[in-house]
Amino acid sequence: MLKDKDRIFTNLYGLHDWGLKGAEARGDWDGTKDILAKGDDWIIAEMKESGLRGRGGAGFPTGLKWSFMPKEPDGPTYLVVNADEGEPGTCKDREIMRHDPHKLLEGSLLAGFAMHASAAYIYIRGEFWEEADILDAAIVEAYDAGLIGKNACGSGYDFDIYLHRGAGAYICGEETALIESLEGKKGQPRLKPPFPAMVGVWGRPTTVNNVESIAVAPTILRRGAGWFAGLGRPNNTGTKLFCISGHVERPCNVEEEMGIPLKELIEKHAGGVRGGWDNLLAIIPGGSSVPMLPRSICDDVLMDFDSLKEVRSGLGTAAVIVMDKSTDIVRAIARLAQFYKHESCGQCTPCREGTGWMWRVMERLVTGEADKSEIDLLLEVSKQIEGHTICALGDAAAWPIQGLIRHFRPEIERRIDERQDNAVAAAE
Amino acid sequence: MSAAVKNGGDFAFTAANKKWAAGQIAKYPEGRQASAVMPLLTRAQDQNAGWLSTPAIEHVAEFLGMAAIRVLEVATFYSMYRLSPVGKHVIEICTTTPCWLRGSDAVVAAAKEELGIDFGETTSDGEFTLLEVECAGACVNAPVCAIHRKYYEDLDGDSIRAIIQSLRSGKEPDAGPQIERQKSAPVGGPTTLTEGA
Repeated sequence: MLKDKDRIFTNLYGLHDWGLKGAEARGDWDGTKDILAKGDDWIIAEMKESGLRGRGGAGFPTGLKWSFMPKEPDGPTYLVVNADEGEPGTCKDREIMRHDPHKLLEGSLLAGFAMHASAAYIYIRGEFWEEADILDAAIVEAYDAGLIGKNACGSGYDFDIYLHRGAGAYICGEETALIESLEGKKGQPRLKPPFPAMVGVWGRPTTVNNVESIAVAPTILRRGAGWFAGLGRPNNTGTKLFCISGHVERPCNVEEEMGIPLKELIEKHAGGVRGGWDNLLAIIPGGSSVPMLPRSICDDVLMDFDSLKEVRSGLGTAAVIVMDKSTDIVRAIARLAQFYKHESCGQCTPCREGTGWMWRVMERLVTGEADKSEIDLLLEVSKQIEGHTICALGDAAAWPIQGLIRHFRPEIERRIDERQDNAVAAAE
Repeated sequence: MSAAVKNGGDFAFTAANKKWAAGQIAKYPEGRQASAVMPLLTRAQDQNAGWLSTPAIEHVAEFLGMAAIRVLEVATFYSMYRLSPVGKHVIEICTTTPCWLRGSDAVVAAAKEELGIDFGETTSDGEFTLLEVECAGACVNAPVCAIHRKYYEDLDGDSIRAIIQSLRSGKEPDAGPQIERQKSAPVGGPTTLTEGA
């Protein structure tokens, strides 16, 4: 188990002061000027060496992403922090923003400096009022203390940080939709290329990073890439915030080492599966968009990018949704299908039409009011949506259903048989 | 604009809100004031008893030098903008899978019974509006609802009833977990961050 001395988010549960004084007591803003003095190349090299992969779901190497920004920009460029947390199961960035906001601000300065950005915009989901108020207050504290703004930390570098509130749209967690929204438009994703690092917000080079990716950067740069890379497994390094929800004894957020066995994570921190491990039916290991795992795989799978990919799922946001044997598993996925139908932005036909179509079929599969051939038809349609849309929402809508069919087809068929048997019995 | 939207009395930002709006616009680069449309719509909604009337949308458009249709597009795209009047207390219950697994059905049933209304409806006295929302992003404290910009967490049928009764009697119930628990730490106390505590 990860030792407390290696935990980055030491105020995860809000037991201590989130303000600047409290943050400084926990080690934030310590020697920031010295880190900046080491230079942009040093920061990016260190981030690359740490092995940090983006914490928002896709797992793209963070240092590499920062290096895509122009070295000598011909005008303003931007860091955009994606705080539009809304992937079902996920509630980690919320804790960072309301309990450790200064980690995010210091990280924004360091990341912004390394990529030569003129300012950062933190795009926070509109529902997070409390978190936005705290972050706003922390920004004021940081300006007043000279940590950001003109000559940030006495480094000679000018860097502004602004907070932008969303207004309810899951799709704005997609980076180009977020950029559109930040420009004052509907949040509909853009085609790539051009990538945001070339043409982003207001037509300027932009890098979009998840809250957690940015908030861990100061600690990595203070303690060294080697420290972070020494935790977890190769290509899956460091610590990670896990959100454990659903049918466990004690749902919680917790920071653990990457690569921790799923079973250990749940038993050590969440009190185990309700009714014991043998009562486990399935787990969605990385937020609603990744395919579920049946119990047999959960027994020994490790919680990191590569391990979960090997079992045809994904780490995603590391939001672990646990379902015990009392779960109506078809209904659980039908509800996710409803979610994606609600959140489709309507831009691409396969997603706009397909999410609604899949949801309607899923609702019938819940009650067994279907023909068995429709299971393959549903699978086929999900594959026509997957990979055929501008953004990944189409994929995200398809994968939970594919995972259900892959692992629980007999249960779906059982419901269809049962309903037909009942109909026959009623007719007799 | 659709008939459902084209309603509402005159609207103009108060002096205080105009000043606030100018501060919002200043966050964005010169000539990019359209970026402030979301915060301004939110503020207009606050000033207009919780919903965006046609005059409010038009006022924001004029304020930002945008075509009214562009502002309407934004107002109809995002779920937090209300295009028709709402009650004094808007209760938004999350029913997405993580909340559902922890018993949001019972929370919904209790809220509907206590209020005597369905999702999307407002009580006849104009006090309460009940809405179903998608993932609120507080899943380890499920089931959750949002009221007056605060999250009420770890709900069950009894606690949502108590919250509604409290609001009805003019009190603001304590937000956060409705069971004995420190934020998102496990019930019974954290399993981490205990060394040296």
